[in-house]
Amino acid sequence: MTSNQTLETVPDSGRPDRGQLLAVEDVRTTIHTARGDLKAVDGVSFTLDRGETIGIVGESGSGKSVLGRTIMGLHTTGPTTTISGRVMFDGRDVQSLGVKELRSLWGARIGMVFQDPMTALNPVKKIGTHLTETLRKHQGLGRQPARERAAELLDLVGIPDPRRRLDQYPHEMSGGMRQRVVIAMALANEPALLIADEPTTALDVTVQRQILDLLGTLQDELGMAIILISHNLGVVAGRADRVAVMYAGRIVETTDARSLFAGAHHPYSEALLRAIPRLQEPPHVRLAAIDGAPPNMITPPIGCRFAPRCAYAQDDCRQVLPELRPSSESGPRHLFACHHPVNRGDA
Amino acid sequence: MIRVLKRVAELLAVLFIVSLGTFWLVSKMDSDPAVTMLGEGRTEAEYAAVREDLGLNDPLLTRYWDWLSNALTGDLGKSVVPPYNGISDRIAAALPVSLELAVLGMGMALLFCIPLAMWSAYRPGGRVDRAVGAGALGVLSIPSFLAGLLIIMVLANGLGWFPRAQWTRLSDGVWDNLYHAFLPALTIALAETAMFTRILRNDLVTTLQDDFILAAKAKGMGPKHIMFSDALRPSSFSLMTLMGIGLGRLIGSTVIVEYLFALPGMGTLVIGAANAGDFVTVQGAVLVIAVMYVLTNALIDASYGYLDPRIRRAHV
Amino acid sequence: MSDLVQAPADPGAAAVPTVAEPAAPPTGTPSLLRGLLPLVAGVVALVVTLVPLRGQGWTTAAVFLLSVVLLHLGGSALGRRRWGKDFDLTTWLCAVWLAVIVLAAILAPLLPLGEEQDLSQTLDEPVMARPDPLTNHPLGTNNFGLDLLARVIYGARASLVVSIGAVLIALVVGGAIGIAAGYFRKLTDATVSILTNSLLAIPPLILLIALATVLDPTLPNIAFALSLMALPSMVRMARASTLTFVQREFVLAGKAMGATHLRLMVRELLPNVLLPLLSYGMIIVSVLIVAESSLSFLGLGIQAPEPSWGNMIAEGEGNTFEEHPHIVLVPGAAVFLTVFAFNMLGEKARKRFDPRQAKI
Repeated sequence: MTSNQTLETVPDSGRPDRGQLLAVEDVRTTIHTARGDLKAVDGVSFTLDRGETIGIVGESGSGKSVLGRTIMGLHTTGPTTTISGRVMFDGRDVQSLGVKELRSLWGARIGMVFQDPMTALNPVKKIGTHLTETLRKHQGLGRQPARERAAELLDLVGIPDPRRRLDQYPHEMSGGMRQRVVIAMALANEPALLIADEPTTALDVTVQRQILDLLGTLQDELGMAIILISHNLGVVAGRADRVAVMYAGRIVETTDARSLFAGAHHPYSEALLRAIPRLQEPPHVRLAAIDGAPPNMITPPIGCRFAPRCAYAQDDCRQVLPELRPSSESGPRHLFACHHPVNRGDA
Repeated sequence: MIRVLKRVAELLAVLFIVSLGTFWLVSKMDSDPAVTMLGEGRTEAEYAAVREDLGLNDPLLTRYWDWLSNALTGDLGKSVVPPYNGISDRIAAALPVSLELAVLGMGMALLFCIPLAMWSAYRPGGRVDRAVGAGALGVLSIPSFLAGLLIIMVLANGLGWFPRAQWTRLSDGVWDNLYHAFLPALTIALAETAMFTRILRNDLVTTLQDDFILAAKAKGMGPKHIMFSDALRPSSFSLMTLMGIGLGRLIGSTVIVEYLFALPGMGTLVIGAANAGDFVTVQGAVLVIAVMYVLTNALIDASYGYLDPRIRRAHV
Repeated sequence: MSDLVQAPADPGAAAVPTVAEPAAPPTGTPSLLRGLLPLVAGVVALVVTLVPLRGQGWTTAAVFLLSVVLLHLGGSALGRRRWGKDFDLTTWLCAVWLAVIVLAAILAPLLPLGEEQDLSQTLDEPVMARPDPLTNHPLGTNNFGLDLLARVIYGARASLVVSIGAVLIALVVGGAIGIAAGYFRKLTDATVSILTNSLLAIPPLILLIALATVLDPTLPNIAFALSLMALPSMVRMARASTLTFVQREFVLAGKAMGATHLRLMVRELLPNVLLPLLSYGMIIVSVLIVAESSLSFLGLGIQAPEPSWGNMIAEGEGNTFEEHPHIVLVPGAAVFLTVFAFNMLGEKARKRFDPRQAKI
C-alpha cells in the first residue's frame, strides 16, 4: 500500500524554481470513530513551490478537506486521529510540531480560508477585531497601528469604505463581502501558504468569480502558494498551475490543467470533466452524473476504489490497487493511477 | 401591538386572581383576629366591636374591594398584632434586605459559575468536566436549609470567620453589611452556581463547535483567548435570561435562608406574621412578593427575544 | 448506498476538534490491580473505622469517607472490567439506595428497629449517643433517646408517602386538566393557562407556608399542599403532550367513528401522554422531598415527635449542632442521598426516554 513516490520523482510544475515550500510525503490520516477507523486520507504525496497554486478536486467524502487540515496541522495524532507520513513545510514536519509552534505558524506562515463565510466569523465580534487580534498576536502591533493595517487589508481585498466597515458586525455585510473578510483574515500576516477549502461553494456564481479573481491577484502581489480545494473542477480549472484529482483518500491523477482537459487518463477524471455542463450543448440534455457513491472508507475495497463505479473496470482492477505512474502521452509531469487508463496514457 | 395588550390583560388577570386567592386563603385562618388583637380574656362585646371595626362581618368581596383599593394607593393596612405597625412601612423595611440577599447571592453564583463552566467546556467529557458535573448534581441535591446549617457549622462556628444572625443595614455601613451578608448570600449562591454552571457549560460546548471557533484557531489564537473572546459572549445569552428569571424566583425563596440566619427580610416577615396570626400582614406581604415575581418574569419574557442578537439576526 | 458511513458529506469535518480537545476515552479495560487495590484498601479503612477508631468523632468520619471513596474507585474499575466501559457504579448505587430506602419504608413496622417516637419507651436509653454501627443504636440517638436509625426509616416513610402521594395527585388531576386544555383549546385552554400562571405566580415556599398556616399539618393536608406545587408543571406537560398527539390521525379516526370527547381523551390521548408524565413525575419527586423537608424544618410540616427528615434536622438548631453534629448529619445524609439518587436516575431516564428535552 505504500506509494513508491519519492521526492525526486514527484514532478514540479515547471515554473522557474523559486524554492519548494511544501512537501507532502505519503500522508495517511485515520479518524477513529465509534463505527471503526476511517481512512480519510490514505497515502497522498505531492509538492508545492512558493507562489504556485495546486487545485485539489474531489467529491464529498474524498478526503480533500481532511487533507487540507492535516497539511495545516489542525489534525494531528491524538485520541481521535492517527496520522502517518510527513508534511514538510519550509523544511520542518508540521505533524511533529508541538501546539505552541503550530500556533505560531497558523495565521502567520499558513493561512486558511473556510467554506462558509456566514459561520467563519464570530457574529458578536466586530469585523475590525477579527483582523486586529491576529495582527496584534503575530506582529505585535499596537492598537492604532493594527487598526490602520486592518483597514489596509480590507482595502486590499476590495471592500469599499474600509474604515467604516471595521466597526460593523458580520451580519451587516453580504456573503461575498464576508468571504473577502475571511480572506483578509487569512492573509493578514502575509503567509507563505494559503489553504482555501471550498472558498466559493457557499457563494453566488457571480461572486464566486470575483473571489477567485481576488485570490489570483493577491497571490501575484504577495507571492504566496495556494492550495485550492474544491469539488468543482470548473472552479479550479483556470486558476491552478496544477490539479490533483482525489478519490477515496488517494490522488488518482495529477497534472497541469491543460493536460487534464486535453486528455485525462483516469476514468474518474474523465467522468468529472464530462459532468461539467457546457453552454454549447443543446438545452434539456441530461447532466452526465456519475453513478454510484464513494466507498466505505472504514473498510475500503481491495484493488482500485473507483472500480465499482468505473465503466471500464476489469478483473485486475478489483484485485490490485493501482499506483501513480507517468503518462506516456503528456509527459512525466502527468501522473495517474489506473490499470486501464483512457486516452491511452500507457499500455 | 395586540399581542402586547393580550399579555398585559393576562398579567392583570393573574395578579387579580393571586390577590383574591391570598385574601380568601388568609380569611380561612383559624385564629380569630379579634382575639389576636386584644388578647385573651376580654368580653364578647369587645371582640364583636373589634370585628365590626375590622370589617370582618362584611361579605368577602366587599372586604376584598376595600383592601385592594387601599393597596393600590400604597396603603396595606395595619398589623393586628402589637405593635400595630403600618404594614407598608414594615414591608418597605424588609424588602430591601431580601432584594440585597438575592442580588448578592446571584452575583456570587455568577462569579463562581463562569470559571467552572469554562474549565469544564475546555475538555468535554474529561476529568474536570465529569467532576464538576457530579459536584453540581450533588450540590443541587442538598436542601438549602441543610446547606445553610453546614455553612454555619464550618464557617461561623467552626472557624469563626463570619458571624451568624446579625445584620447591619446597608445605610449604616457598607462593609459591615457585606460582612454580615456573606454567609447567607453564599448559601443562596451554592444552588444557583450549580444550576448556572451546567447551563453555561452546555452552551459553551455548543458554541465551541461553531465554525468561527475553528477559524480563530486557524489564525493561531490560543485557547484562553478563544474561550474568553470568542466563546463566552455568544454563550451568555441564555445564562442572562436565566439569571433574570432566577432573580424573580429568589424573591420568594430566600425565606429559609433568612430564617436560618435570622435576617429581617420578607421571608421572616411572612413566617412571623403567619405564626402570630397576623393575617393582614400576610396578605400584604404575599401580594407584594407575588407582584414582584410576576412582573420580573413578564419583563424577562418580553426582553428575551430582543436581547439575543442571534434572534435579532434572523430578522436582519 | 447503505455503505455510506457518515451523514455529513465530509466525514473529516465532523471530527475536527476545535479549541476544546475531546478527552481521551477512558482507558480500555482496567487492570485487575486497579480494581483490587483500592477495594482492599477500602475494606481495610472500613474495618479501621469500625474497630480501632470507634466513636472518635471527626477522625472516624474522615477515615470512613476515605474508605467509601476507595471502595467506589475499586468497585468502579472492577465493574468496568466485568461489564464494559459503560458501567457506571454511581448509577447502580443510586438505584440500590432507592430500593433499600423504599423497601425499608414499606416494611418499617416489621423491622427490628429501636423506638422512634414514643418518648415513654426510651427513658432508659442513652441520650445523644454517637453513631456506632456495632451497638444497639447504629446511627446514634437524639436528645430524647430515640433511635436515629428508626427515625430515619420512619422519616423516609413519611417523606416518601407524602411526596409520592402528592405526585400521584398532581399526575391525575393535572393530567386530566392538561389533556382537557390541549383537547378543547380556546376558552378552556385560556382559562387553564391563566389559572396555572396564577398558581405559579406565588413562589413555591411562600405558597406552602401560607397553606400550612391555614391547614392542620396532617399527612393528607401536606400531600395536598405539595401537590399544588407540582400541579402546574403536570398540567403544562400533559397539555404539551396532548397537543402533539391531538393532530394525529388516530384521534381524527376516532372522531369519525363517533366517539365522544371523553372516550377520545381517555382511550386515545391518555395512554400516549402517560409515559412522559411518569418520567417527569420521577424528577418532581425529588423536588417535593426537598420541599417537604423544608416545611418540616420550619416546623410547619410533620410535627415532632413524629419523625421527618426535616424536623430531625431542626433538632440540631442552635448550639446542639456544634456539640452533637450527628443529629443533623444523619438525617442530612439521608435526605441528600435520596434526593441525589432520584436526581441521578431521573436524569438518566430523561436522557434515554425523552430525547427532545434540552440537556440540563
